[in-house]
Amino acid sequence: MALPPATDWSPLRISLETSVTATIITLAAGLAAAWWRERRHGTAMAFVDGICLLPLVLPPTVVGFFLLLLFGRHGLLGKLLLQLGTTVVFSWPATVIAAAVVSFPLMYLTARAALEQVDSRFLEAGRTLGASEWRVFAKIALPLAWPGVLAGTILSFARALGEFGATLMLAGNIPGRTATIPIAIYFAVESDDMRSAVAWCAADVAISLALLAGLYYWTQAQGLSREVRR
Amino acid sequence: MALEVQIEKKLAEFTLDVSFTAYDAPIGILGPSGAGKTMLLGCIAGLERPDRGRIVLGGKTLLDTERGIRLPARNRRVGMLFQHYALFPHRTASENVAFGLNHLAENERERRVRELLERTYAAGLENRYPRELSGGEQQRVALARALAIEPEALLLDEPLSALDTHLRSQMEAHLQETFAAYRRPTLLVTHNIAEAYRLGERLLVLSRGRVAAFGPREEIFRRPPTAEVARLTGCKNFSRARAVSDGAVEAIDWGCNLRIAQTLSGGVAHVGIRAHHIDFAEASGGTEERENTLPCWLASSSESPFHVTLYLRLHKPPDESRAHDLQAEVTKEKWERMKERPTPWRARLSPDALFVMPE
Repeated sequence: MALPPATDWSPLRISLETSVTATIITLAAGLAAAWWRERRHGTAMAFVDGICLLPLVLPPTVVGFFLLLLFGRHGLLGKLLLQLGTTVVFSWPATVIAAAVVSFPLMYLTARAALEQVDSRFLEAGRTLGASEWRVFAKIALPLAWPGVLAGTILSFARALGEFGATLMLAGNIPGRTATIPIAIYFAVESDDMRSAVAWCAADVAISLALLAGLYYWTQAQGLSREVRR
Repeated sequence: MALEVQIEKKLAEFTLDVSFTAYDAPIGILGPSGAGKTMLLGCIAGLERPDRGRIVLGGKTLLDTERGIRLPARNRRVGMLFQHYALFPHRTASENVAFGLNHLAENERERRVRELLERTYAAGLENRYPRELSGGEQQRVALARALAIEPEALLLDEPLSALDTHLRSQMEAHLQETFAAYRRPTLLVTHNIAEAYRLGERLLVLSRGRVAAFGPREEIFRRPPTAEVARLTGCKNFSRARAVSDGAVEAIDWGCNLRIAQTLSGGVAHVGIRAHHIDFAEASGGTEERENTLPCWLASSSESPFHVTLYLRLHKPPDESRAHDLQAEVTKEKWERMKERPTPWRARLSPDALFVMPE
């Protein structure tokens, strides 16, 4: 097992790249699923909700194991990818897949709650004015649900940043390629490199604080501009 | 242009089962809350799914369940004014109006928005957000927004109910003006009887999902086809009745025979008269004066700014229960003169004002 030297910044880069990419995927997929789900009723929808929320309630290692089965050599998607001459297991995309799957339920839940809060008469008004479903979503539902969607995005990003179990199962610990900060911390502690562990923990705290501070100032600014418009 | 509606939709409490045709004049849709009025508008606009039926607007089929046609709301060109206006809160007044005009070039769109806002007396509100607008201003902007798509029919759901009383008459005048210029099928839902009468040239009375009456407003108020319609159009006085001759009925609850002007056809179940049609004879006169005239005593009264409602007991003085047989409405002036006179008073139910109902 190669030990990352303290001056190796790759876990920070990998963590940020992975989290940002996973959050973008989660945002798009979570919004699409929430918008699709929001306009439907029935008992079949409980099943859809169950599937969407499963990664939230399952231990990340279980999620990682399922992903490994799915993307492995004999897995449904793994075989498909193999035919295309590629594989994702133990590669950077695997860190993104693991982070996206694990953070998806948070996005789905908050986006649904935010869309549910939008008065359906606004959407109906848009439809009578000739707007397509896409336009109703983009110009009415999303702007009105925006604060909730943003909160979901930040939650998802934080969850993606902290992802460990599923990432380790699917992507492993390949320094410079799949070793994210949490994985670097784990293996640093494992090999008694306390200096690296503390450094990466400090980095994680700094990122989280920056995120929260950004969110705080953003909501303040929002409140302020709303006051001005009032 | 004609709007033909024939729909069925099962609801929790009853089935909405409505058919009528609207032409280029406003129809007032009157009914108690929960009668299915808003649902009916939703079905026409394409926001609700009827179980069965056909809706044709100006030759264009909006819905035909037998042929599997269900045009989505966006393709119907039916303008809708929602009950609380449903202006997009994140868009200014002019952005709200412009929403349905995004197919136009920008300067053309701006011109149209200005024109529409002027037409609905909302000029000057362009850059305000809905929360900065009063109820009346919101209504005007919402009307401009609904008219922007040049709708082939206009549906209004309780357009005045969210407004203060002093604003209502002004907004009602604006609406009347809009209707006069618009001349396309227009449906206006309300539970206010007077409002429905003033704004709708024809009336459609809806009760538990069914059309209880549909026709010119004068006719429906003068000769309500059923006791239910009479009640829903504000009639307070009913008596069970049976025919005694060609021009007379026996009013069982009022204990008298009454001559009526209406020609009797079919069965007679009830006779009714509106409160303001009850007249009071000044003094005992000839035989003609005596006809349809009943002795009555005052059980209680209730004063409004310009008129007084009298609750009357027929044939005998009222007891402790203050129960009444008739409800009459007189002007303040008349009341001042009347209240000095000794009882019994003599209530005259004019044959012209009485109407009989089969059901």
